[in-house]
Amino acid sequence: MKKLMNPKSMTEIVAQQMLFRLLLVALLAVMLTGLGYAVLSLPLQAPGLSEAVAKNLETSGVSNPVTAVLINFRAYDTLLEMGVLLLALLGVWSLGGEPEQRESSPGAVLDMLPRLLVSVLILVAGYLLWDGGHAPGGAFQAGSVLGAVGVLLLLAGWHPSARLVRLPLRIALVAGLGMFVVMGMVLILMGRRLLEYPPAQAGAIILLIEATATLSIAITLASLFLGGRPNSGARK
Amino acid sequence: MEAVTVDAVSMFETVTMLHWAFDAVLGFALLWLAWLALTSQDLFKAIVLFIAFGLLMALAWVRLDAPDIALAEAAIGAGLTGALLLSALARLKSKHNTRADHEKVDESEVHD
Amino acid sequence: MNGVLLYALVGVGLFTLGLYALIVYPHLLRKILAINVMGSGVFLILVALGGRTPGTSPDPVPHAMVITGIVVAVSATALALALMLRVRAATGQARLPEEQLE
Repeated sequence: MKKLMNPKSMTEIVAQQMLFRLLLVALLAVMLTGLGYAVLSLPLQAPGLSEAVAKNLETSGVSNPVTAVLINFRAYDTLLEMGVLLLALLGVWSLGGEPEQRESSPGAVLDMLPRLLVSVLILVAGYLLWDGGHAPGGAFQAGSVLGAVGVLLLLAGWHPSARLVRLPLRIALVAGLGMFVVMGMVLILMGRRLLEYPPAQAGAIILLIEATATLSIAITLASLFLGGRPNSGARK
Repeated sequence: MEAVTVDAVSMFETVTMLHWAFDAVLGFALLWLAWLALTSQDLFKAIVLFIAFGLLMALAWVRLDAPDIALAEAAIGAGLTGALLLSALARLKSKHNTRADHEKVDESEVHD
Repeated sequence: MNGVLLYALVGVGLFTLGLYALIVYPHLLRKILAINVMGSGVFLILVALGGRTPGTSPDPVPHAMVITGIVVAVSATALALALMLRVRAATGQARLPEEQLE
């Protein structure tokens, strides 16, 4: 497979590769000890931002501190993350159309599994979304479970109809980021800063944003699994 | 009361030792699974080991008092990434790579 | 306290393992696996170091960052896989070309 275009012999190339690999291992060992030393030399106690979060948790509208940080205190990061998800999907779509699906009948397991699981998973996603306010859960967890529903359906051979694929798909994809931006604009028009929720309505705002974000994340993840622009023509 | 206090202390120490042992085994298993997944010859085996690595990471998140991350890792890191990787591997291995036939992008725009 | 340092060191080890595999293997799918392992290592370090709070509840800000990071990592993996399939369609194999060692 190696074309010998220069006068070096095979053993010399192999020896040089081994030398490079040894050099790489040595450098990585140095990096490993350096990083390990850096980690070990950090103080054992560091409160970080946990006290600030705990102090402001009542004004955030939820009682789960991670959800409060994600959707309220660091809402701008989450807005940008929805943008990153959308950008990744746009990148995948720009690389070409949907790959050709081979017609194959699903096996016994794949035939039964979606029927059993899809409704249960939708319930689980709804529960995770609602529960994210006061227990572990939230938009990303619920969105990923719903995305798994989409992946399961795609694996079982379902394909969204042409009517669904044109406008409703695009609306669902943009809804999460759009709701964030709209909420931010509304708050600016009301005189507050970008994404600074009034404490009285913060719980409702967070739930609204999380619900649209769940839908968006789910459809984005399932579309990423599809692997290309969906066919809007008729499928055989 | 002396004996009861000593028993409670030693039980607490045993539980802490068990926690440490569990953490050590989990940490070692994470490193070993990662090494196996990265260096195994067969790509399918590598991806399956990577999914198992993701599930062990979910356990590690639970041990670090991060249940939200554990939920996200189990669903996304292990489940969805595994599905994406396996689907890509299947497309990689299929001999009938008809992707080029469905290209709507002009090739001359891509290779400039 | 609760094995914080242990998991941070495991994260450092995962990062180094991933970096080694990223550099050494020419196959693109292995590189994508390596990047994911590196990402998991970094997340472990973040969360482990965020658990050094004096109380019992850990710092929630690194948790939020890591959840964001996991979602971003999966979308980047999806894009990278699509790129790999394009490379395969264009050149016939999903590897970086072997370099001539000069």
